[in-house]
Amino acid sequence: MTHVMGVPDAGGHFGDFGGRYVPEALMPACLEVESAFREAWSDPDFVNEFRETLRLFGGRPTPVTPLERLSEHLGLRVFAKREDLAHTGSHKINNVVGQALLTRRMGKRRVIAETGAGQHGVATATAAARLGLDCTVFMGELDTQRQALNVFRMELLGARVVPVTSGSRTLKDAVNEAMREWVTCVDDTHYCLGSVMGPHPFPWMVREFQSIIGTEAAEQLRALGVEEPDLVVACVGGGSNAAGIFAGFADSRADLVGVEAAGGSAVGSGVPGVLHGMRSMILQDDHGQVEEAESISAGLDYPGIGPEHAHLASIGRARYTRAADDEVIDALGLLSRLEGIIPALETAHAVAWLLREAASIPSGSTVLLNLSGRGDKDVAQVRSLLEDRR
Amino acid sequence: MTRLDHDLRAVRERRRALVPYFVAGLTPTWTQYLEAAVQGGADLLEVGVPFSDPMMDGPVIQAAGVRALERGVTLEGVLDELARTALGVPVVIMTYFNVVHYRGLERAAGLLADAGVAGVILPDLSLEESAPWRVAAGARDVATVLMVAPSTPPDRIGRIVATTQGFVYAAARMAVTGRASGDGEADLVVSRVREHGDVPVYVGIGVSAPEQARHAARHADGVIVGSALVQRVLDGESPAELEAHISLFRRAIDEGAREA
Ligand SMILES: Cc1ncc(COP(=O)(O)O)c(C=O)c1O
Repeated sequence: MTHVMGVPDAGGHFGDFGGRYVPEALMPACLEVESAFREAWSDPDFVNEFRETLRLFGGRPTPVTPLERLSEHLGLRVFAKREDLAHTGSHKINNVVGQALLTRRMGKRRVIAETGAGQHGVATATAAARLGLDCTVFMGELDTQRQALNVFRMELLGARVVPVTSGSRTLKDAVNEAMREWVTCVDDTHYCLGSVMGPHPFPWMVREFQSIIGTEAAEQLRALGVEEPDLVVACVGGGSNAAGIFAGFADSRADLVGVEAAGGSAVGSGVPGVLHGMRSMILQDDHGQVEEAESISAGLDYPGIGPEHAHLASIGRARYTRAADDEVIDALGLLSRLEGIIPALETAHAVAWLLREAASIPSGSTVLLNLSGRGDKDVAQVRSLLEDRR
Repeated sequence: MTRLDHDLRAVRERRRALVPYFVAGLTPTWTQYLEAAVQGGADLLEVGVPFSDPMMDGPVIQAAGVRALERGVTLEGVLDELARTALGVPVVIMTYFNVVHYRGLERAAGLLADAGVAGVILPDLSLEESAPWRVAAGARDVATVLMVAPSTPPDRIGRIVATTQGFVYAAARMAVTGRASGDGEADLVVSRVREHGDVPVYVGIGVSAPEQARHAARHADGVIVGSALVQRVLDGESPAELEAHISLFRRAIDEGAREA
């Protein structure tokens, strides 16, 4: 059987999207990562080490929780895949454990990473500490100010945080700076990219590491008596948590929904473009310059989307919609009060979409929500946003 | 062969090429720097069209790009000004692939050709992804210049040498523009490229002083000088001052050629 979310072609293309658009200096490094990943992923010892590390260190498997009061409120059967309970508080740990193990297997001693809000940076610093790797994280200068506590967390974990002062001083510039750094140190350093984006093999590799979310969830739902959900919903920044959960259901009949931030809706408002090593849907101005995304959730503040999502959208297998800042704050509050789960602002986008669209979903439908992360990191921001409202 | 191939082979018969790089639209009088560069002894001009996300550029060219974008520079505007400037040497545009991709490959190739541009350097367009663009550009006689890096293994060098047009851009070091100094691995990269064909090889990335240019010119067919010149424009030097500085590079390169 061929899989909807299968292996990309030899050049890393998912349909018209993906590929490898990097300076020649980085091509050999990308090819090296690809061949190392292909080898590792077909080596049962590596796969076993990945799973065991996530079990013993990463807090997996994360449960699927029936959200009973929310279900009653909406007239649906809503289940949540609880990535918020994974180590470091989000799905990001799945990817970084995979890439850190791969770094060690390639004989490299150091990882670099980009981060927006700091979640991927904290996760990378965590995995690096666990495996004894040096770690440097690039973070837009604006974000280091907005997320000062996460900077401190990374430093506690032994990482070095480099504020990026170029461009708009946010996530997309942190990616540029990490790429610039990687050129100078490919011999001993792996670039641990944080989502299903960038040049081949990253979009594919990160999806494979994250697909543990969907694989676990499908099994857990069956144990709860749900053969196949009607809907699978996830928030989308670069798209790694969505790709991870979609991977478990792409071959089923489930409707797949990705929710972008209204100010960062690459599928809804972008056009095909080439950024950060990939061809995908990208927010651009009338001259082909990349535009800034804008959202209350730093983790969705990205002007692009992973190429496989652009492909799934183009073939109609998944649909991508958006949620606005205001409804996201409301959704965060509602889930907290009804279910005792404070979701991350990113995650709250998926909840907000469900609240908005529930009335048009046939009642009694089964919905699987990917609870990509917990909201502890966001409470101070949410408090001030709520105070602003009053 | 493209027009650029013919032109640069003719240059090689005479001397080592000096290739100054400027950021288009950095100042209102930016084309005067191009004219000054030709007076100072340039054989080819590399004109950078700024992109919001210059992955291959260091702080100097980034800063110049930001300033030019704030001035409202666009590809169409740059080409318009270039078309109206008589330079007497070929011009290649250096930009990122999205700038071309956004306009549609055929349309972009037409815009470049109509403005008299001889070629492009698109550092993030890998050999593997380059075919559709090369078809569109080739149809309008716009050359596509490819890069070789110190990390490029021999079999890739062979394919790049067989595919590039005009010259091979040999990156002297594993770095972005304008970050490092010293001679890097230029000689090594040049000699590797030579094993695969007789296309002209120009050295760039981190050539900031005439002395380095002299050294590079002992082995290479040409030398590209970027950030060091852009910094001077950022510092407010006049075209005449730049011309004087570029003629120092000219002299150094000619000396290097004699030492070869
Ligand atoms: C909790 C959470 N969810 C989602 C995202 C968005 O990333 P992705 O779309 O790759 O899952 C982030 C990014 O920081 C995050 O922290």
